Amino acid sequence: MQTSFTAEQLADPQVAESEKILRRCVHCGFCTATCPTYVTLGNELDSPRGRIYLIKDMLENGRAADAEVVTHIDRCLSCLACVTTCPSGVDYMHLVDHARVHIEKTYRRPLIDRMIRNVLAGVLPYPKRFRTALALAKVSRPLAPFFDRLSPLKPLAAMLQLAPTGALRRSDSMQPGSRAPEAERRGRVAILSGCAQPVLDPGINEATIRLLTRLGIEVVVPEGEGCCGALVHHMGKEDPALGFARSNVDAWTREIEAGGLDAIIITTSGCGTTVKDYGHMLRLDPHYAKKAAHVSALAKDVTEYLATLDLPKLNSRELTVTYHSACSMQHGQKITMAPKNLLKNAGFVVRDPPEGHLCCGSAGTYNIMQPEISQQLKARKVKNIEATRPDLIATGNIGCMTQIGTGTSIPIVHTIELLDWAYGGPKPAKLH
Amino acid sequence: MSEAIRFLKPRTAVVARRATIIGDLVDLLPPECVVHEARELVPFETDAFVAYRRLPLAVVLPKTTEQVAAVMRYCHRYGIPVIARGAGTSLSGGAIPQEDAVVLGLSKMTRILEVDPANRTATVQAGVTNLRISDAVSPEGFFYAPDPSSQLACTIGGNIGMNSGGAHCLKYGVTTNNLLGVTMVLVDGTVIELGGKHLDPAGYDLLGLVCGSEGQLGIVTEATVRLIAKPEGARPVLFGFDTSQEAGACVADVIGSGIIPVAIEFMDKPAIEICEAFAQAGYPLDVGALLIVEVEGSEAEMEATLKKIVEIAGRHGVRTVRESQSATEAALIWKGRKSAFGATGRISDYICMDGTVPLGKLSYVLEKTSEIVERFGLRVANVFHAGDGNMHPLILFNANDPEDAARAEEAGNEILKLCVDAGGCLTGEHGVGIEKRDLMRHQYSDADLNQQMAVRAAFDPDWILNPSKVFPLEGRPAA
Repeated sequence: MQTSFTAEQLADPQVAESEKILRRCVHCGFCTATCPTYVTLGNELDSPRGRIYLIKDMLENGRAADAEVVTHIDRCLSCLACVTTCPSGVDYMHLVDHARVHIEKTYRRPLIDRMIRNVLAGVLPYPKRFRTALALAKVSRPLAPFFDRLSPLKPLAAMLQLAPTGALRRSDSMQPGSRAPEAERRGRVAILSGCAQPVLDPGINEATIRLLTRLGIEVVVPEGEGCCGALVHHMGKEDPALGFARSNVDAWTREIEAGGLDAIIITTSGCGTTVKDYGHMLRLDPHYAKKAAHVSALAKDVTEYLATLDLPKLNSRELTVTYHSACSMQHGQKITMAPKNLLKNAGFVVRDPPEGHLCCGSAGTYNIMQPEISQQLKARKVKNIEATRPDLIATGNIGCMTQIGTGTSIPIVHTIELLDWAYGGPKPAKLH
Repeated sequence: MSEAIRFLKPRTAVVARRATIIGDLVDLLPPECVVHEARELVPFETDAFVAYRRLPLAVVLPKTTEQVAAVMRYCHRYGIPVIARGAGTSLSGGAIPQEDAVVLGLSKMTRILEVDPANRTATVQAGVTNLRISDAVSPEGFFYAPDPSSQLACTIGGNIGMNSGGAHCLKYGVTTNNLLGVTMVLVDGTVIELGGKHLDPAGYDLLGLVCGSEGQLGIVTEATVRLIAKPEGARPVLFGFDTSQEAGACVADVIGSGIIPVAIEFMDKPAIEICEAFAQAGYPLDVGALLIVEVEGSEAEMEATLKKIVEIAGRHGVRTVRESQSATEAALIWKGRKSAFGATGRISDYICMDGTVPLGKLSYVLEKTSEIVERFGLRVANVFHAGDGNMHPLILFNANDPEDAARAEEAGNEILKLCVDAGGCLTGEHGVGIEKRDLMRHQYSDADLNQQMAVRAAFDPDWILNPSKVFPLEGRPAA
């Protein structure tokens, strides 16, 4: 596509990168077909092609973001289905990242919107604060219908409705330190302990550590790890996002220098997409560019890593699993076969839901910020999954587990919990 | 931005009333169905023929036939041009608006209304994508045959507007051969039904007239299409040749011998490299030209047809023959082919031609095309429906260099004239749109064009439906 940027504009490396991305787009429109918001809303402005055009217009004219552009960019789930679909190789992810940073820098959001975003950014990445907030949410739940009636407060209602109603199990399984292999040593990995996931479901990392150590892998929880930064990154809050990235790069680099790492294991695919992008996010930082690129190269989804370990084939079990591929797994990281092959190899009957490419509407904090679209996508996803009549649902992303779990009575577990169970671990609590 | 092709001068009386018109449209439709903020109109200024761009006055996205009719009644009363838009994937600029026009987008009309296996039909709203029809009827053992390469995204409404084709049309025909009925809103808002579930309606075949009328006779809001039973098996086979001329001659010989495969697709070396880089379909990279020939039927049928084709190809110096070994491989072969245009975007901007020539002239036209493009100092990639003689030279150029863009347009015009002079026509499936409008005089005499315009005027005497398209601006009857 033709672009018109001045030499002065192109001197900004962000703009120069976006210009290159825009030049690849031939405006063919294929991306519209697999975009969850276009499929739901039927308006080109809420499609990748429409957003690309809005971003192009805004950047070319060197204009501050305005309410219209912000509305349509905010509605983007960042599911990246468009990137999978695009034959021209348009790097929409980095274009929309740039747009979000531009919005954050040049647009003043309405007060309530700003407040909600700041609360999310100040709470979710920090496990202690998040745990406290969930306790508060539980007692405030009766307020949800009240918030739901006032448009700007709908996110608060969504937040309360998504908060788990049961008691949260506390776990100290993610204390920093090393877990020795229980079989002949085959490797050494770090695990990203994460922020929201260990609060919502500590069983996922526990299962990962159990399975890996049983397979002869030393698992290290490095000192100083924190949130991967995806959450604030997707809000366009560039500085805190890069802060999280640098701090994790430091933590893992120390571990690499201390004992070497074969991989950095990530059990939430949303985080995986971001950690794999650290090399790009920090490319302009001379102190971090190289280290970050190394970290990104080591980052592996847990299923991606397990696929390299040649697990033995197990007898089949009479359990049908519908595998929900998180967007960050299939579109963000392009991991499509490994999780399903692992499950099949472990004896499960695996099914794909129809429209598997469409997002479930979770998308980080999207289900809080855009509850109406999110609810429609959830209903569509649940209907598609239930049509395959599974005994249980497996996925690799805590966000999807929470989202889909609030829409169906079919149990939903993390892929790793099933694999741990199949290879000698305990049966996942949700299946009791 | 290219300027060689002119648009009609905007109607000043309409543009002057912009605010009123928007206010009225907002009253007619639900709020989410009208787009009018200046910023939000920009993404509607073009389609997949992105060299040309014009901002519309407003965009409406109705959800029902009644809402379409209300918009048409209103626009007709005030002489406001209306541009129908499906998914905006037109390669000829069929959906590019203009400053005095309301874009009427069908993207919210996406319901599949009925699948009727007993009558082998599906009835859908106009905004349903081509591929969704096949997906919806697949469990019943059917598919919808015309398959434009953009079938993932393009809508049935747009397909009807352009009488779209596709790779598999060699055997099953183009849109008009697979369309049984439509609900259409006339320019004054009258809703009519043409055809139905039967093969041949009583009276004039107005459906045939509507199919391919590029949004100038009315707005199709629902369509009933014919479904085809899925074959027992289907298999694409790759035939590699040293030269495009050999491949071209082979196609003519296959068709001439009375064999009708489901598809015969052609790629030259640049196109093979582009598609392979995107799809990793296993196209041979050591050949000068490639044919994808798809055969279908039972194992025995496929074997028999294939044997004959291999024999003919042998006479034309075929270098490699490779059958796809699995459904995954077959899917990749088609994915690569159908993504060819978009994948070209990885290396260059392009414009895509759509001339169709008699098969006997295929080799000649390919050779001349290369000469023309070279003369303009540009490059070309050829990827097209060879079995139909429907050529798609992609002329590669730099969109940020206005002189390069102008040269590409000129080269394109010469290629299309070459197709017409070789006994073919300007467009096989993409429609005339804005792109080929001024070449229509090369194809038709004044008497021919006047007759077509008289038909058009019978439906839309004031020329408000997609007015800048299809017919050259000079020599139109006074409205």
